[in-house]
Amino acid sequence: MSGAAYAGAAARPAAPGRRAGGAGRIAARLRAGIATLLLPLLVPAALLLLWSVASDRGWLPAQILPAPGLVRDTLLDLWRSSDLTRDAGISLGRVAQGFALGGALGLLLGAAMGLSRTAEDYLKPLLTALAQVPTIGWVPLLMLPLGIGETLKVAIIAKAALVPVVLNTLAGIRAVPPALFEVAAVFRYTRAQLLGRVLLPAAVPPLFAGLRLGLTNAWKALVAVELLASSEGLGYQLVWGRQMMQMDVVIAAMVVIAAFGLLLDAGLGRVERRLQRWRVAA
Amino acid sequence: MSALPNPAAGPTAGRATGPARRALRGVLPPLLLLAAWQAASTGGLADPRLLPPLERVAAAAWTQLTAGNLRDSLLRDLGGFALGASAGLGLGLLLGLSPLAGRLLRPSFDALKGIAVFAWIPLIAIWFGFGEASKLAFIALAAFTPVVLNVDEGVRGVPAPLREVAAALAWTPWQRLTRLVLPAALPSILTGLQLGLIHAWLATVGAEYFLAKGSGLGGVLIEGRDRFDMAQVLLGVLLLGGVGYALNRLADLAARRLTRWRTA
Repeated sequence: MSGAAYAGAAARPAAPGRRAGGAGRIAARLRAGIATLLLPLLVPAALLLLWSVASDRGWLPAQILPAPGLVRDTLLDLWRSSDLTRDAGISLGRVAQGFALGGALGLLLGAAMGLSRTAEDYLKPLLTALAQVPTIGWVPLLMLPLGIGETLKVAIIAKAALVPVVLNTLAGIRAVPPALFEVAAVFRYTRAQLLGRVLLPAAVPPLFAGLRLGLTNAWKALVAVELLASSEGLGYQLVWGRQMMQMDVVIAAMVVIAAFGLLLDAGLGRVERRLQRWRVAA
Repeated sequence: MSALPNPAAGPTAGRATGPARRALRGVLPPLLLLAAWQAASTGGLADPRLLPPLERVAAAAWTQLTAGNLRDSLLRDLGGFALGASAGLGLGLLLGLSPLAGRLLRPSFDALKGIAVFAWIPLIAIWFGFGEASKLAFIALAAFTPVVLNVDEGVRGVPAPLREVAAALAWTPWQRLTRLVLPAALPSILTGLQLGLIHAWLATVGAEYFLAKGSGLGGVLIEGRDRFDMAQVLLGVLLLGGVGYALNRLADLAARRLTRWRTA
């Protein structure tokens, strides 16, 4: 993906706030609080109701739309039989390996290109060209030399994580205000001091935004590679459910995948906001 | 402003080295790679199954391009994108314009967005079958999400003073939409559409790869892999990258043309 993906990362809805004044302030606050809590639940609740009515009345065959209760039972079964924890563990392990590899390489490349225009001139066009090929496109290419084992999966996940990390690291270092460099020059900072006291603190927030986007990409790529070739992991549950035409397993696996995706993103989002605040305070 | 080659790349103030020199530097590594490739395959250093000679890739290009796979993929991509982008534009406008709709739907949308897009494939395969409909549905879904997010954000980001002016002028809702909201949110909307286009292309490959075999570049890749024909796989990858790049550039150009009035 290109640098445009960076813009998407900023697309986070702000928490709705409401101003109240005067006598009914507390009551208004309370009402607003209840509204913010309940309103978002209204639509899922209505959909759930529609879903259960539809499956009760048999509007759609169970192979296409299983009863919500069945999906819940399947989820609980998977949890109890520890299939779920095992699969999730395997999937998370793959993401961790791929992300560590891609993230480290991305930071290295991004920093090299950010610090040296010569390095950027040499490397950026090649990297941009490689980044144009969608992650899935790499699978058949790498499959021939690497086989379809763990190496392929980790390599694909690493590639997915690499691109946003490189682009954001580069952009982050480039966005350091020139005034800071001038101050550093006045203080006669050495190169190491410049790096440690000026560049890193200033570039950490965008750098972290890149890592966060990289992790999201890594998670997406994990699902894709597990759909393709695996005998374990969360993606495999999806494949298995589809082959057996067991929609309850498919939906249960989707719920788990979504939960992990949201958790990973929310966790990193929290760290990111903390870093942002730290920068403002500094 | 117009002299900047790529605004997303940050400040590109190449003072010391001229643009020609810099471009040359950029071309050098790919050329070296190609030369090493050619040398390795003619010198017999590499397994020709893993590293086929360049002329075989070129030959594969000729047969594949004339077979119409590229056209099939592109048509599929644009069809799915049109579906997903128009639906996304609708939902994004609704979320951004109506605070009630926003509060009702945004959390559900955010939760659904947490599902990695490929996790939808088994569900879509079962719901829409294995034909063209499921591929279009998947591509549309992939394009939908970034469009909704960016349109919503753009519409809510319309500066309050402008809204007040519109209120003072007693504009009708339609006037407000066409004269204020859409122009003010245009950059964000275009970003969303561009991201949607990128995602749609990714999804086109994914759909052709994961859903039933058929025509298109995904089919080329699968066929090449199954026959262990590295030339064909490499060609498929090159075409994927090339088309993705071309689509992105076109979207970039269109976006810049459409927003020129802002900087003029």
